[in-house]
Amino acid sequence: MKYFPHTPEDIDSMLQVAGLKSMDDLYGEIPSQLLFNREFALPEAMSEAEIRKFIDSLGDKNGKLVCFAGAGVEDHYAPSIINPIISRGEFLTAYTPYQPEISQGTLQYIFEYQSMICELTGMDVTNASMYDGCTATAEAVMMSVAAAKKRNKVLLSATMNPKVKRVVETYAKYNGIEIETVAEKDGVTDIADLEAKLQGDDVAGVVLAQPNFYGIVEDYSGVADVCHAKKALMIMNVNPMSLAVLKTPTEWGADIACGDAQSLGIPMNYGGPYVGYLACTNSLVRKLPGRIVGSTTDVDGKRAFVLTLQAREQHIRREKANSNICSNQSLMALYVTIYMSLMGSKGLKEVNKLSYAGAHYLADQLVATGKCTMAYDKPFLNEFAVKTTVDTKTIQAALLEKGILGGVRISDDTLLLCVTEQRTKAEMDLLVETVKNL
Amino acid sequence: MIRNYDKLIFELSKEGRVGYSLPKKQVEGYCMCCGLPENLKRESKPELPEVTEFDVVRHYTNLSNKNFGVDTGFYPLGSCTMKYNPRINEEIAAHHAFTGLHPETPVEYAQGALEVYYNLAASLSEISGLSAFTLNPYAGAHGELTGLMIMRQYHIQRGDLKRTKVIVPDSAHGTNPASAAVCGLQIVEVKSTAKGTVDVEDLKPLLDDTVAGIMMTNPNTLGIFETEIPEISRLVHECGGLLYYDGANLNAVLGKCRPGDMGFDIMHINLHKTFSTPHGGGGPGDGPVGVREGLEHLLPNPQVKKSDDGKFYIATDEKSSGYVSNFLGNFGVIMRAYTYILTLGRENVKMVGPLAVLNANYVKESLKNEYYLPIEGVCKHEFVFDGLADKSTGVTTLDIAKRLLDYGYHAPTIYFPLLFHQSIMIEPTETESKETLDEFIAVMKKVAKEAIENPDVVKSAPHTTPVRRLDETTAARFPKTTYKQMKG
Amino acid sequence: MSKIVEGLYYAESHEYVKVEGEYGYVGITDYAQHELGNVVYVDMPDVDDEVEAGADFGAVESVKAASDLISPVSGTVVEVNDALNDQPELINADPYANWVIKVQLSDASEVQNLMSAEAYKAFLGE
Repeated sequence: MKYFPHTPEDIDSMLQVAGLKSMDDLYGEIPSQLLFNREFALPEAMSEAEIRKFIDSLGDKNGKLVCFAGAGVEDHYAPSIINPIISRGEFLTAYTPYQPEISQGTLQYIFEYQSMICELTGMDVTNASMYDGCTATAEAVMMSVAAAKKRNKVLLSATMNPKVKRVVETYAKYNGIEIETVAEKDGVTDIADLEAKLQGDDVAGVVLAQPNFYGIVEDYSGVADVCHAKKALMIMNVNPMSLAVLKTPTEWGADIACGDAQSLGIPMNYGGPYVGYLACTNSLVRKLPGRIVGSTTDVDGKRAFVLTLQAREQHIRREKANSNICSNQSLMALYVTIYMSLMGSKGLKEVNKLSYAGAHYLADQLVATGKCTMAYDKPFLNEFAVKTTVDTKTIQAALLEKGILGGVRISDDTLLLCVTEQRTKAEMDLLVETVKNL
Repeated sequence: MIRNYDKLIFELSKEGRVGYSLPKKQVEGYCMCCGLPENLKRESKPELPEVTEFDVVRHYTNLSNKNFGVDTGFYPLGSCTMKYNPRINEEIAAHHAFTGLHPETPVEYAQGALEVYYNLAASLSEISGLSAFTLNPYAGAHGELTGLMIMRQYHIQRGDLKRTKVIVPDSAHGTNPASAAVCGLQIVEVKSTAKGTVDVEDLKPLLDDTVAGIMMTNPNTLGIFETEIPEISRLVHECGGLLYYDGANLNAVLGKCRPGDMGFDIMHINLHKTFSTPHGGGGPGDGPVGVREGLEHLLPNPQVKKSDDGKFYIATDEKSSGYVSNFLGNFGVIMRAYTYILTLGRENVKMVGPLAVLNANYVKESLKNEYYLPIEGVCKHEFVFDGLADKSTGVTTLDIAKRLLDYGYHAPTIYFPLLFHQSIMIEPTETESKETLDEFIAVMKKVAKEAIENPDVVKSAPHTTPVRRLDETTAARFPKTTYKQMKG
Repeated sequence: MSKIVEGLYYAESHEYVKVEGEYGYVGITDYAQHELGNVVYVDMPDVDDEVEAGADFGAVESVKAASDLISPVSGTVVEVNDALNDQPELINADPYANWVIKVQLSDASEVQNLMSAEAYKAFLGE
């Protein structure tokens, strides 16, 4: 076995040093009824060539579809240089940077990541620790409750992605946080309902989405004041790609920004790995979970980076920690750091422009078929919902025949479609043509 | 040498440079800048670097030179199982037929991916002796949290709402109590005996009808096998609680004994420890959770199932503990672990634990004259020294750790477990050769000798690393966590 | 050997209280600051918060440790030492001059359950 370096002579001499007679003696103290004595019901070892063939055969069972689905996961272009860099063994096979003297590579790119996320969101501080956008939002909710001390109710807007919502609700259920939904009106958060639900002076935080689940860019003017007047924190779940263009959570007056950074060039990968981001204002930094990197100097005065504010974390606070997070989703943070470096703010804006143009073209063309109408008359970037005269199941089935993943079904007559810079006019026209012919 | 490279990517920026190429505009007549209402647009411009592709390649290559990975050298970091991360795993995880799948892909177009998920879950069941696995949790701590949610949901569904305590040994990882607290459970500590195992006599009075369960790892964080586990299992089950197995130390017993056979009801596995997926500087990992027969319906949604005709599908169970992730976990990590199991095969899986344990005992026995070994006897995959044997030198565990960096080793885990003041926790893993271990042993002996003969060189270590000891106090008192704050 | 001030009352969790009339000044002892090392942050309650003898009311953090602050007395917080927000290191410099909270005592007799300077010295075994 190529992963085991032990020769029979090695084993004999090592056992001798350990004062043992046989390999069985290594487990001599274990009650015999606990020892596993049969063969595992697993396949025999495969060679690399066999594994490649086998995985190819499994890959053949997947379909290759042109992606018009979004709902939190988007098919963006991934620059070629990212994988070779993140595959360097020095990055790939390192652990959490506990020994800063030999981990400056990891620590510095996390610092760069933090800087870039703060540039996009406008926030003061961020971690690099969240698994995905759903869990990042759940952590944001727990943060708001920890910051409020004596309140444990959090409001979620009905316009949030239901996939995020159900994770937040799961965490809240076990953590003892009460979740209430703020109603939607014409596809956006009903601010009157929000105000009404804040009247009890018992709300720790309010979670809003941007763009929301229907792709709509909501106008949150005045909402921060509404929240803050009742001492509730304003939390925004935002697609970071959109922040090259859209008003930042800080500009809206939010206290916490969170979301999934998958849209920053990370392959869709059937749901992961991605990286969630969680950023906040300075006043909340002690409640921010996870790893945070700060700059400092070494004994020679040289600039260096180090994990800081560690006394917040689970390995020190144990049951008093606000979160059990140990990961820092480093490698994926490196992924998006490289992506943002390559794109710059100009490139990110360009991606938004291309996606915007495509999505608006597609929407117009679909409406022109007579089979669709816009579900909402609201501004959107690259994702939108249409009402259909034909059952959405029928539409999606027809599109699959053409090799198209036709968006995300919201209901029998509502379909959510997403366009990125990767979609060509020919692909969009094929989609429209197929719907038209139904 | 470029080890002195000290630029930030922002410091390479020059206005007008670009590092991207994007497709041509596909349609005319749609302008975002005029179409989007002004009050929805950001006012400030995000200050991201403007650099070329080549700038980026060189910058991050230079940064990587200031890092130490398993590929660089021996990484005896206790409790982290820093084994070799095979490259075939990476190649398979990058397979284009899988990386392009959107989570909303209809199951008929994702049969291959679902088969990978299903097969890995089934393999983990076989290896651990439990009935069913979810691969949805993203990391070990996330798996723990999911497992505890399952534990609570089990009691909630039985209408037994007063069970809100979870027992945790005093030697446990800090994550155990933190996960329990996040899950709304109160922590009760059970003491360890002088031999480092759970004190059954101390456990007995803690067991009443408010106990939801116990969280254990076996072998424990001292690398000692809890031989009284059958008795503990009997006692906890008799009082109505469940046994949770923290899979952090599964590598020790891989192929030799199974948590399911020890009486555990729920467990998590760290794919990035036991199943060789790379740690990536702290993540992404994946933390599958398994349950014994009768608890399968409590696994989180969505669940992957196989129908009688051999097709795979995605199911949700309303009795489930809930949703803990966006979709089916870190699928890319799942691909890697599956590849590792295929590579090992049934004939080699059973050798992982024994060889890891052999390596640990070899290092322990070779160093116990120079370092103080508080608990004698055969250890499992890791062991703990309580500092130097010679306590008169004034050289601390931190000093030893830093001196090892000078000699080209990653430090062991230090100051954990908390049972000892100067803990040095060493886990060599099965993929290290006798020669590597011999060199490490020689260096450890040399450092012990330096501590006596020239303690200052140890106390001021490291001397040869890209940076030396850092001012962590200032970093924490006046945190500067972004480029903007650093510039002031 | 750590500094112990006469006339104060000491808890086993290494907090002290200095009683002045109906008020008590609560801080951590010299022994405690020494054990913690460089203090980087003090997590303090808000004015008007209630504290209870034996319950925690905040925490003191060093780079790699955190220690809960356990109140030796019960009462209402009337003042917190804001200087510690910007200069947590004051606790290292002189923990007795730099108390953490000022409490309006609800039960002055509680101090009888605490140690005198002499008893605390014996407790530390120094």
